[in-house]
Amino acid sequence: MAEMAMREAYGRALADYGNLNPNIVVLDVDTSASTLSNFFASHFPDRFFNVGIAEPSMVDVAAGLALGGYTPFINGFASILSLRALEQIRTCVCYAKTNVKIAASYAGISDFKDGPTHYSITDLANVRALPGMTVIVPADAAEAADWVPLVAEFDGPVYLRISRAGAIPVHQPGSPLQIGKGRVLREGRDLTLIAMGSMVGRCANAADKLSTQGINARVLEIHTLKPLDCELVIQSASETGAIVTAEEHSIIGGLGGAISEVLSENQPVPLERVGIRDYFCPTGRDLDKLMDACGLSVQAIIDSSQKVIARKK
Amino acid sequence: MNYLAPEIILGLEEIARLLRVDSLRFIYRRGSGHPGGALSAAEIMSVLYFHIMRIDPTKPEWEDRDRFILSKGHASAVLYAALTRRGFFPAAEMENWGEIDCPHQGHPDRLKTPGVDMTSGLLGHGVAVGAGLALAARMKNKDFRTFVLLGDGESQGGIVWEGAAVAAKYRLANLTCILDNNDVQLDGPVHEVMPMESWAEKWKACGWCVLEINGHNIRQVVESLQYAAQVHDKPTIIIARTTKGRGVSFMENKSYWHGNIPNADQMKQALEELGEVTNG
Repeated sequence: MAEMAMREAYGRALADYGNLNPNIVVLDVDTSASTLSNFFASHFPDRFFNVGIAEPSMVDVAAGLALGGYTPFINGFASILSLRALEQIRTCVCYAKTNVKIAASYAGISDFKDGPTHYSITDLANVRALPGMTVIVPADAAEAADWVPLVAEFDGPVYLRISRAGAIPVHQPGSPLQIGKGRVLREGRDLTLIAMGSMVGRCANAADKLSTQGINARVLEIHTLKPLDCELVIQSASETGAIVTAEEHSIIGGLGGAISEVLSENQPVPLERVGIRDYFCPTGRDLDKLMDACGLSVQAIIDSSQKVIARKK
Repeated sequence: MNYLAPEIILGLEEIARLLRVDSLRFIYRRGSGHPGGALSAAEIMSVLYFHIMRIDPTKPEWEDRDRFILSKGHASAVLYAALTRRGFFPAAEMENWGEIDCPHQGHPDRLKTPGVDMTSGLLGHGVAVGAGLALAARMKNKDFRTFVLLGDGESQGGIVWEGAAVAAKYRLANLTCILDNNDVQLDGPVHEVMPMESWAEKWKACGWCVLEINGHNIRQVVESLQYAAQVHDKPTIIIARTTKGRGVSFMENKSYWHGNIPNADQMKQALEELGEVTNG
């Protein structure tokens, strides 16, 4: 499948948007050839700052640039930004309320050749817990590009999670998109598949297969993990009576965690979580096969769907 | 160098004395805070807020104001003292310091205290944030300066040196750091806990202009800050040799007074030594 990588769509969109908004400045940590912030760098060398392999410093320098009136997009690997630089993000971005946009690339297990040191399977848990943070996870390349202007024009800290790879395309470029509003991609009555990021396309495929078994699955994309579209989640739980969550992230603290929190307080229904089950995934040769091996296969979604429907009775 | 009249020096010395008195009173009333590092920085704060910085207390958000970042945020009391003395907010608000409904936090919060340019408290951030701010000023063709007051203990952390590298790479001459080199941290002398000397050699090697002064000598503080304004090709750090707990004999050079609170008798003695008349 030769769909555009999410990072490339993001990188090109950032460079395009740089033409429209002179307040955008971009920082990277010697990974611009990987995050593809280098598209912006080549168009706007005076608004691009490479601070070396030093994520904590990049966050703080960006906070200073924001204090000085700019809108910085910082680029690096999600694993390092959300762990090594988490204190800087908490203190100088969230607590100090600086208008810094964190483009966290190579998210999930998308850097399959580098392996567990570079995987980012807890980043959403880490940043979701920070007061004042908005957390966004695009489902495909088109959506990654569409988020750039929306994130730039939103006032406040944003964590935008970008995959190194492509994902099964589910959106047309420029389709309606709003921070904090989930998207129903397919209607259904028997259960709701709540999906995020690269798992949205896989859930759509699972829903197709489930329909041949007479199971009518709704597919709900949650791109904004925080603030969560609680209303839509509760409504789906109430209307379909069962939930499967699916994410390229640990089952702890990410989408599955967030949905469980909301539903157990408001609309308890049987729920199953598809995700990485609390272990360090191995290095792979091919991302699709690695995802399948790490519990993220279409079949895993189908299995969880059958299980959760059985629990309804 | 401009001639610095003796009465100006005397005036700034008196303000430094008052900043010490205020700092101790704030900390004593609240029953918590960090006296040692507030006392060591009193002359530096006096000169910055009452002689050097281009600020207007009636316009704390003024775009062209000079910026100050208290990287050693534990010394919040001396910053609050300078801001109240300078008129950014009434000193009476500090009577409530530490209460839940007091806007002024344990450590500086830019969103809650007028005149605080950046939130701080967890150590190490000032140089890197200051570098970003100085970079923004240059790109926007603004002539404001950014000052960072840095602790020697916090300079044991790597983020300080990451920020130093950024400021040197981009030749941020509009960034001036002052190292409050009192050589005392929570667990003991800095040179024993984790020796970092030579500060001057380290900062020179990072590509900064380095000045070394006595941080309690008003003339030296003023002249070094004026000199830094004339350096046009690199950031400047002023290594200010200071005494932790300066001005209160029993606090001087004692790590105990990094974060402990005087009792009533100690407070009385401290205020007397600082030239305040107390009524028992």
